Amino acid sequence: MNFAYLSILVFSPLLGIIALLFVPKAKESVIKTVGFLATLPALVLSLMAFFQYRSGSSLDQLDEMVNWIQFGDPNRLGELFSIKYELGVDGFSLIMLVLTAILSTLAAIASMYIKKEWKGYFMLFLLLEVGMLGVFAAENLILFFIFFEITLIPTFFLIGKWGYFEKEKAAFSFLIYNGLGSAVLLIVIMVLFARTGTSNIEALTYILTSDTDHLVMSAGGKMGLLIAMLIAFGVKLPIFPLHSWMVRVHVQASPSVVMLHAGILLKIGAYGIIRFGMGIFPEQFQELAVLIAVLGVVNLLYGAFLALVQTDFKMVLAYSSISHMGIVLIGLGALNEAGIQGAIFQVVSHGLIAALLFFLVGVFYERLQTSNIPNLGGLAKGMPITAGFLLAGAMASLGMPGMSGFVSEFMAFLGLFKEMPVLAAVGALGIILTAVYLLRAVLGITYGKAHREFAGITDLRGAEWVPAIVLIGIIVLIGVYPNVLTEPLTSALETIMLGIGG
Amino acid sequence: MDLETLLSFKWSIMTPEFIILGVITLLSLLDLFMAKSVNRKLLGWLGLAGILGALVALLTLMGNSPEAILYDTFRLDSFAIAFKLLLLIGSALVFLIAISYEPKEGLTEYRGEFYYLFLAALLGAMMMSSSGDLITLFIGLELLSISSYILAGIRKKHSGSNESAMKYVVNGGISTSITIFGMSYVYGLTGTTNLLDMARHVITLADSQHIYLLGLAFFMIFVGLSFKVATAPFHMWAPDVYQGAPTPVTAFLSVVSKTAGFILIVRILMVIFYNIPTEGPGSMPLLIKVQDYIAFLAAATMIIGNVVALRQKNIKRLFAYSSIAQAGYLLVVVASMSAFLFDTLWFYLGAYLFMNLGAFAIIQLITQKTGSEDIAEFAGLYRKAPILAIAMAVFILSLAGIPGTAGFIGKLNIFMGALVVEPAHYVLVSIMIATTVVSYFYYFGVMVQMFFRPAANDEVKFKLPAGLGVVIGVCVFATILFGVAPNVALDFLQGNFNQFSDFFQ
Repeated sequence: MNFAYLSILVFSPLLGIIALLFVPKAKESVIKTVGFLATLPALVLSLMAFFQYRSGSSLDQLDEMVNWIQFGDPNRLGELFSIKYELGVDGFSLIMLVLTAILSTLAAIASMYIKKEWKGYFMLFLLLEVGMLGVFAAENLILFFIFFEITLIPTFFLIGKWGYFEKEKAAFSFLIYNGLGSAVLLIVIMVLFARTGTSNIEALTYILTSDTDHLVMSAGGKMGLLIAMLIAFGVKLPIFPLHSWMVRVHVQASPSVVMLHAGILLKIGAYGIIRFGMGIFPEQFQELAVLIAVLGVVNLLYGAFLALVQTDFKMVLAYSSISHMGIVLIGLGALNEAGIQGAIFQVVSHGLIAALLFFLVGVFYERLQTSNIPNLGGLAKGMPITAGFLLAGAMASLGMPGMSGFVSEFMAFLGLFKEMPVLAAVGALGIILTAVYLLRAVLGITYGKAHREFAGITDLRGAEWVPAIVLIGIIVLIGVYPNVLTEPLTSALETIMLGIGG
Repeated sequence: MDLETLLSFKWSIMTPEFIILGVITLLSLLDLFMAKSVNRKLLGWLGLAGILGALVALLTLMGNSPEAILYDTFRLDSFAIAFKLLLLIGSALVFLIAISYEPKEGLTEYRGEFYYLFLAALLGAMMMSSSGDLITLFIGLELLSISSYILAGIRKKHSGSNESAMKYVVNGGISTSITIFGMSYVYGLTGTTNLLDMARHVITLADSQHIYLLGLAFFMIFVGLSFKVATAPFHMWAPDVYQGAPTPVTAFLSVVSKTAGFILIVRILMVIFYNIPTEGPGSMPLLIKVQDYIAFLAAATMIIGNVVALRQKNIKRLFAYSSIAQAGYLLVVVASMSAFLFDTLWFYLGAYLFMNLGAFAIIQLITQKTGSEDIAEFAGLYRKAPILAIAMAVFILSLAGIPGTAGFIGKLNIFMGALVVEPAHYVLVSIMIATTVVSYFYYFGVMVQMFFRPAANDEVKFKLPAGLGVVIGVCVFATILFGVAPNVALDFLQGNFNQFSDFFQ
């Protein structure tokens, strides 16, 4: 493929930022159109790469490498302590890129509900997209970290300026939790860089996995780094007890931002654990497998129990996210092919489902100014189509066969039952609870006595159809034809399995 | 000394200093003879031209082998050139800020002095970075300090300015005397004031009593010098002085004066104390033995600076604590003593120069416009002057060490230096990163004011003076350039200064 393909893909939203600079800030519809159009190049390019890969072309030709920073004397140190600008993808990160591009475009559509300062909003939104795309395309840890931090600042502003009542508190709690997470991650990255002289993921994986005599680093040191890394990504995922910021953000930020937040940003945590935790420290990861599975079950049950008692639908969804991220951990803890595949499936599937549900929250919040379940009762009478999509989304989320949620939950549990049947049995309770809390919430909203007048309230219309249809479409597609994901993942999974000796 | 010896010196290596000295003389004479009615800002532009001239002269001296004149008291090695570059660029930017400085009660009477005192302070700092002898080192330090004392108090009718100058003199006097007391020990034990001679002498020391005395001398010198860079235990002056002093002076103290302090610390520490063996010739140097002590002070400085900054409501006081914290980060470089020490120190000081001076330019503009130094005055800046708000955001993000800015690359350098040595400074790095996260609170507090809060009154229109506009433009450009393409600076450093290998020659 052509020159700088990935760079163009990652940085294409910047074009939109530049274009927006020249649009007067009062022209609402122009700004929204430009913001939406700016997400399209990345979408087209990532889909093209995806289909080319599916038709058999190699991903290596997408790799890019340019010299970037050199510390110390290049004549003396050579390649050591140089940081290169390296982009590249494997099957896993390509899927994440496609997911990011799709959700960004849909979230840009959902941004039509933004009420003020559209220009600033879309500039930050597009910058966030650059960060997210970059995270999945980065081939070295320092570059990864830079993109990771680039997502932090726009998100802080997007939450703090365009959110609901307690938005600033939510923004600060987001900033501090994630700031601490990044800080821990930065320590890990710098220790690896200082000790090995490289930050290239492939090189690091090779150096550390072939270092059986612990010449580069002691076993304890590696374990320490892995635990630090789990904490760093655990904040992002989030793993109980590091989750309180995430509930706040889900409730306070505007739905279009939460679509990206729940859909992609949380997934960076899972991506990091799989790619770096498992990839670079496979031995130590195996030692921690039980702990990770236990944390997964705790997440699953804790989230589910709390989701059960919420009256605000956004809170239900927030705790449901925590619960569903538990399934990712369960899959990873199983440490076999089914488990890991289930975890990756869950990452993608939950990204789509969460985005769909939060989009629908945006739809009825816009019309009814509430997301309180009792106040919404009888929605099916006033907005039958929205209520229908809501029910479908909930079904996908609770893992109804034929939808993506089922595939991922099934595989994750299949993996865990093989390794730790007792734990898996306890975890399976969570699945039942999921069905209970989701049905309770959705039925409470859709049916029941109408608590309000629905006169003058319109149902889904115009552009609102697009995100709903697209998301449901992909969810069902993965559900009935999982090969869309399994095939591209094959080689990436093999590499991971080779690392953990499976 | 007869005329022949005088002429035999290669005076050309002092060209930058001579230019500054000449401009000082010229400005003071002009100030004396010019009619009262003539606007003294003219002198400011002349001074700026002088600094730029010195900068050009310094660039032409680059790449030569190290030379020393005046019996080795003045030396021009790569270290001196590299850091003088920072001093001159910093001073040029400070000058631009100073030219646009318009305090409420006016500065007409002293405006001339205001400019040439800056130059005198700069001359002191430049002498320090080039000195190969304790005497010239100390004279440079005093020239810098005394000029700064007067500058801090130049608003004679402003009580805050007076308080600031008073506190600065008293604290400065104490710390200077501690430093010189420590220096006297070293002189007493070696019998010379020349730094390289001292190094040659101490390297053979074997008497443990002498080593003990030198250890004592180290502590005194280091503690005394911590005043100049505003680190613990001598940081207490900074908030009061920064708050009371005129904003350009605050900017000068926080950037140029701090850079000079680090130059001094590195000169003395690395030349003398790095060569003192602790247990007979060839054993571990004293400096490595006391590394933990420096690390402790660095940690204390970072914690104090960042934590106390959380409670500040006055923007200049906030930046005083912020600059204490930044000095703590720089001390981490000194404490880790890696092979990258000079590179890292230079890069971070350079990055700090741009981000901090840019921020001070905006602070001066806002405080002057509103007449108050409360952080709340930044409210709604994004609405009133979006470009200004975004520029300030760039500086703040850089100070907080967010990727994409020079500050991040600087911090990356520091972490690497601290972790690459054996044993690695894990604790120190962790403290540095943790306190950086703490700093997000107050840095983003300013951001919240600028972007989230509505303005108290909308009618205030900003007229950006040309000088400040240039400073802000240059600083934004440099902060982003060194963040996105740091190799521009790192390659320059690698290509022109021979890895600072001539430092000990």
